[in-house]
Amino acid sequence: MIQGIPLEHFLIVSTLMFFIGVCGFIIRRNLITMLMAIELILNSVNINFVVFNRYLYPDQLQGQFFSLFIVGIAAAEASVAIALIINIYRKLQNIDVENVNEMKY
Amino acid sequence: MTGYTYTVFIIMIPLVMFLVTGLLGMKWKPIISGVLGTIGMGISWILSLATAGSYFFGAHHAAGFQAIIPFEITWLKFTENLIIKMGIYLDPISVMMLVVVTTVSFMVHLYSIGYMKGESGFQRFFAFLSLFTFSMLGLVIATNIFQMYIFWELVGVSSFLLIGFYYQKPSAVAASKKAFIVTRFADLGFLIGILILSFVTGTFDFGKLTNPDGAIFASAASVSFLGISALTWATTLIFIGGAGKSAMFPLHIWLPDAMEGPTPVSALIHAATMVVAGVFLVARMFPVIHFQAPATQEIIAYVGGFTSLFAAVIAITQYDIKRVLAFSTLSQLGYMMLALGVSGYGGEEGLGYMASMFHLFTHAMFKALLFLGAGSIIHAVHSNYMYDMGGLRKYLPITHMTFLIACLTIAGVPFLSGFFSKDEILVAAWHHDKLLFAVEFLVAGLTAFYMFRLYFTVFWGKDRHYHHTPHESPLVMTIPLMFLAVASIFAGYIPFTELVTSDKLGFESEMNFAVAIPSVLIGLFGIAMAWILYKKESDVPAKLAKSWGILYTATYNKFYFDEIYLFVTRKIIFNYISRPIAWFDRHIIDAFMVGIGTTTEKVSYQIKGMQSGQLQHYAFMFVAGTLALALSMIYFLI
Repeated sequence: MIQGIPLEHFLIVSTLMFFIGVCGFIIRRNLITMLMAIELILNSVNINFVVFNRYLYPDQLQGQFFSLFIVGIAAAEASVAIALIINIYRKLQNIDVENVNEMKY
Repeated sequence: MTGYTYTVFIIMIPLVMFLVTGLLGMKWKPIISGVLGTIGMGISWILSLATAGSYFFGAHHAAGFQAIIPFEITWLKFTENLIIKMGIYLDPISVMMLVVVTTVSFMVHLYSIGYMKGESGFQRFFAFLSLFTFSMLGLVIATNIFQMYIFWELVGVSSFLLIGFYYQKPSAVAASKKAFIVTRFADLGFLIGILILSFVTGTFDFGKLTNPDGAIFASAASVSFLGISALTWATTLIFIGGAGKSAMFPLHIWLPDAMEGPTPVSALIHAATMVVAGVFLVARMFPVIHFQAPATQEIIAYVGGFTSLFAAVIAITQYDIKRVLAFSTLSQLGYMMLALGVSGYGGEEGLGYMASMFHLFTHAMFKALLFLGAGSIIHAVHSNYMYDMGGLRKYLPITHMTFLIACLTIAGVPFLSGFFSKDEILVAAWHHDKLLFAVEFLVAGLTAFYMFRLYFTVFWGKDRHYHHTPHESPLVMTIPLMFLAVASIFAGYIPFTELVTSDKLGFESEMNFAVAIPSVLIGLFGIAMAWILYKKESDVPAKLAKSWGILYTATYNKFYFDEIYLFVTRKIIFNYISRPIAWFDRHIIDAFMVGIGTTTEKVSYQIKGMQSGQLQHYAFMFVAGTLALALSMIYFLI
């Protein structure tokens, strides 16, 4: 049990994870790394769900189930994203996001 | 009283013929359309004669001829009071018009089979003729003024279509446009007149409007605008509509140009039927005009008188055979209008009304004959111009005889129909106003002169150089000529004084020799002058023309009315009204709209760089935006 650890600590961790993910998404050029950044963002959200569920409504389970859904969706999303990345690699011989810029004005 | 239901067929047969020949005509041999149209018209004609026979000579005219409505439907119902009906209204003038329209139309259909033979668009021609006949019949039997207006416009459209029949010819196109625009302009007056009249009286029905007791106008008498009563306005505006159709001065300019159409069309529409629609309208509204708006009646009399003189003077100088006849038509229409203008109501007083309808009837016969005769001449020599014709009496014996009869009739030679009807008009004018009488008396002489100038130039004088020897027209064209010639001779013996009168009661009328003898003499004088000047070709007419100098030139150019109209429209209205409005539209309204477009375009050109295709730029903007929103919410809400 997580006796003695206050709520704020979890929130600080999840906030840090979220912004690390956002920064990674914006800064890194490698598509795989960007995908990992997205996973960080999703997992920070998962932590929030589980923690709030535990601290606010200990006898209910919605938050935990929600985080399970997010894990599932994240897996599906990762498979689609990796398929896209492989196709991009086949076409451009690299996976730098700056080269994927055909959709513009 | 309701034994007249079959009159519906008189109207519907031409409509069916129009639809059949118009839709299917191109699949058949051309001649089938012509024969079918003619047969249909013949049936209508026989039915009209039957209607007239049983209406005028049936059993029920003890208390005068009552109006009968054998058929009426509610066509549009806007509110309880505003109902527009369609129906058939039989009274002496509409029955008479049925006979006139179907007779002339049948003759013209028959004649056209010969005249239009081999023309491209033969089927189209017959389809339009049927359309015109349908519209004209619908106009004359209208039960209410709104139905009349609808058919009035239909008549205008079919006239437009037929004038522009030779649509490859620029002059025909211009003439049809001119006719349409001028009459349409006048119809605007008619429409406003109808609206005013129905507004003050609350009805469209002729049966109520023309009731001479005038009860319906009791509340309307007090309504006035600019110091003139509403009814005077309404009737004057309605008269403007009639003046446009009947080509009264100053709206006469379209009729001479309308001669660009095929000659049978000129005979049917621009001589016998459509142009008398204006006269018919005034006759239909006569009790309203006479009792409620005497000022309008004065206007009608003077406009009619002036037009007849004006047109007769121009007719003397024209060389195009059809234009001479067109101006002669104008002049005769002026006679009819004048007769309505000087007429009183009831019995002997209503002589002018009777005379006008009488003249309408006889004029339809002899003017259709003149035009069809002219068509026969043009058919033979392939020219419209009198200086291409001469000595034709040897080649065209039937045309010559019938044309001579028509000329004698229009000149008012005794015992032919024109003599009787013109004489009645002169008597009516004499009783009303000596000045108008003098004008009409002069016009009677001028009419005889210009008709016989035409006759002598065309049929006497020397032979011209013809492309081929002129030959008489085929029988299908000469039969209508002969029929109309007989009608022209004997139409004068129809007892109009007992049949078609203002109060629908007959009256006795006697020949007024004090008027008849001088009018015959001036007619004979006109003929004699024409005989002297034109029987043998000489240079006297040319010298005379030269001695009149500028007056002759002005008359030859129709007193420059076309030029005046062109000047007013092109130079004044176009330059000072249309152009500024066009400028405002183009530079203010359009510019505003274009400005919105260009501004949008320029702004989007400036900001389109934001859509760079770089995923991370978008993500950054998104995150930055979200943060900005979140921070501002925290700042403002907490």
